[in-house]
Amino acid sequence: MKGIGVSPGISIGRAFVLGKTEAALSGVLLGSEAEISQEIAQFDQAVGQAVDEFESIKSSTDLSLAEEDQAILDTQIELLTDPQLKADVIEKITADRKNSADAVIEVIKTFVQLFEGMDDEYMRGRAADIKDIGDRILKYLGAAGNSLPPNFEPNTIVIAEDISPSEIIIMDISQVIGFATQAGSKTSHTAIIAKSKGIPAVVGCGDELGTVRNDDMIILDGINGLVYVNPERTIIDDYLEKKATYQQWAGKLKALKDQPAVTTDGKKITLSANIGSADDMADVFEFGGQGVGLFRTELLFMNRDTFPTEDEQFGFYKNAALRSKNKPVIIRTIDIGGDKQLPYFNLQVELNPFLGYRAIRICLDRTELFIIQLKAILRASVFGDLKIMLPMISNVQEVRAAKQVLAEAKTTLLYEGVAFNNNIKVGVMIEVPSAAVTADILAKEVDFFSIGTNDLCQYTLAVDRMNEKVSHLYDPFNPGVLRLISHVIEQGHKHHIHVGLCGEMASDPIATLLLLGMGLEDFSMSAASIPAIKNIIINHNMDEAKAIYKNVMEMDSSEEILAYLKGHRE
Amino acid sequence: MIVKDFVILAPQGIHARPATTLIRLVKNFKSTVSLKKGDKTVRLNSMLSILSLTIKGGETVTIIVEGEDEAEAAQAIGLFFTEQLKEL
Repeated sequence: MKGIGVSPGISIGRAFVLGKTEAALSGVLLGSEAEISQEIAQFDQAVGQAVDEFESIKSSTDLSLAEEDQAILDTQIELLTDPQLKADVIEKITADRKNSADAVIEVIKTFVQLFEGMDDEYMRGRAADIKDIGDRILKYLGAAGNSLPPNFEPNTIVIAEDISPSEIIIMDISQVIGFATQAGSKTSHTAIIAKSKGIPAVVGCGDELGTVRNDDMIILDGINGLVYVNPERTIIDDYLEKKATYQQWAGKLKALKDQPAVTTDGKKITLSANIGSADDMADVFEFGGQGVGLFRTELLFMNRDTFPTEDEQFGFYKNAALRSKNKPVIIRTIDIGGDKQLPYFNLQVELNPFLGYRAIRICLDRTELFIIQLKAILRASVFGDLKIMLPMISNVQEVRAAKQVLAEAKTTLLYEGVAFNNNIKVGVMIEVPSAAVTADILAKEVDFFSIGTNDLCQYTLAVDRMNEKVSHLYDPFNPGVLRLISHVIEQGHKHHIHVGLCGEMASDPIATLLLLGMGLEDFSMSAASIPAIKNIIINHNMDEAKAIYKNVMEMDSSEEILAYLKGHRE
Repeated sequence: MIVKDFVILAPQGIHARPATTLIRLVKNFKSTVSLKKGDKTVRLNSMLSILSLTIKGGETVTIIVEGEDEAEAAQAIGLFFTEQLKEL
C-alpha cells in the first residue's frame, strides 16, 4: 500500500485499529426561549470543559510535553474559544432552533469544508484540527462517544482513518512504533508529532488501509511511504536488514546534523546542497546543509508545453528563497540543450549535442527568453540570498554579454518600480576547459566560481560518458582534470573570489581530502551525501590534506592516485 | 486610529502557531484590532477568520488599530510582524 512517508524509519509490528464514533444529527428543534438559553449555556459549559481538559493536559507533569505539543494545544484552545465559532453556533441555536450538538456539528462541518477546499496544503491540514475541536465539544455535550485511548501493547502500529492532534498528544505512545492513516498530509499534526518523536509514520494511505484488522502484522516504511499488511517472509527478512542499516545510519546522521564542518585544526568548510525545486529545501537543512550550491532550474522548463512566464518563474524562485532561511542559494540559469530537450523549444537534432547549441549559448542567442528568467530571479532576490550562476561559459565575452542582459533586466524592473537586490552576485560554472584555463581572466569579471566536475571531466578528456565503449576513460582523477580543478581554486583565491565545487566529485569520499588540500572551501552535493562528507572533514586536518594533495600531484596515473587515496581512507 | 502595512517575513506565512501568538498578544489591549488582506478584513480575535485568509509569506497585510491604547497596541503588533514572526 502506498502513502506519504512523513516520518522516516522502518517499523515492524502489530496493528491496532483506532475506532472512531461519529456524532449524528438529532434533528431536534427547540421550542421555547428557555430551551434556547439553556442550549447556549450548555455549549459554553462544554467549551469550558474542553478548554480545561486541554489545559490540564498541557500542565500535566506525567506527559512532560515538548514545546511543539504545547504550541499545538495552545492553538486548539484558541480554536475552541474562537469568537467566530461561538457566534455561528449561537446563530444556529437562536435562529434555526437547533440544539447545541446539532449546531456544533453543522458549524464545524462548514469550517471543515472551507479549509478542505483551500488551495494551500497546510490549510487543508488544519481541517483535521477543526474537526478535532468539534469532537471535543461534542464529547462534553454527550453527543460523541469518543473513547479514551487504550493502553497499547508493545510494538503497536496505530492504524486510523485520521488521528486528531489532541488524540495523538494524550495517547500513551511509549509502546507505539508507527502510525499509518488513511487521510492526512505532510503538514498534518500526526506527521509533525510523529516526526518530532522519531516514530515512523505514513499518512494518506487511502481507503485500502480500512481493510487492516487488529493484530495484523504490519511493516511500515516511513522513508518510502509504504505499508505492508501480513507480508511474506522474504519481505520481512528484507526489511529486518533495511531497518538495521537505517538505524545505524540515522544515529550517525543525527549526531552530525548540527555539528559544524570544521577540520580538527579549525578550518571552516561550507557544505551546501544541490536541489531541483523548493520542495528539496527541507532536506537541505535536515541533513545539515548550509545553503544551496546549485539550484537546477530545469524542472521549471520540463514537462510542459510552453515556456514558463515571468510570474511562474518568479513563484518558483521565490518559494525556494522563502524556505532558504537566508542562506545562500545559487541559481543556475537555463541549462537546456545537450541531453536535456524541451518539446516546445524545437531544438535541432545535432551530431554533437554536448558541443552544440546549449545553455548560455541559447540564452545569449535568444535574449528575449533569458531576460525573462533574469527578471524573475531578480524579483525573487528580495526574499533571500539568491545568486546567479551562468553555465557552459567558455570565454569572458560570454560573461560580459550575459551581464549586459542582466543590466537590461534591472533597468526594466526599475522602470516597472519592482524591488530587487541590485547587488545580486553573479558567478560562472567552470565546466569547459577553456574557462578553467582562463580562470584568472574570468575571476576579474565575476563574484564566484563553481566547478562542475562532471562536464569538465567529459570535455577535458574528450569522453562521452554515456557511450559505453569509452565511458571507462571518463575519470575525474585523471592528472589533467585534477590540475585544472586545482588551477581554478588557486586563481579564485588569488583574485579573492569564492570557489565552490558542485559536481559529483563533491560527494565522493575518496576525493574529499584531496580537494580540501587544494584549498576548496565549498562543497555542494545531494543533501543526503552531506553527513558522510562532513564526517571526513571533522576527522582530519589541513596539513594532512595538503600533504595528500602534494603527493597526488607527483603521480602520473589515476590508478596510482586512486589506490593512494583509497589507501589513505582506511 | 492607526493603520499600518506589514510584509509577512515568515516563509510559512501566518500559520496556526503565529496566529495563536498574535491573538493572545492582541488580547492584552483594549483596542479593537483588525487585519486586512486584499478586500477582506477580519477581527484579530478569531483563529478561524485569520486562518481562512491564508496569509502567505511575502504577502502584505494591513493592520488597523483603534481604541484608547492604540499606540501601545500598534507598537507591540509592529514588533510581532517585524521581529517575532520570523522566530515562530
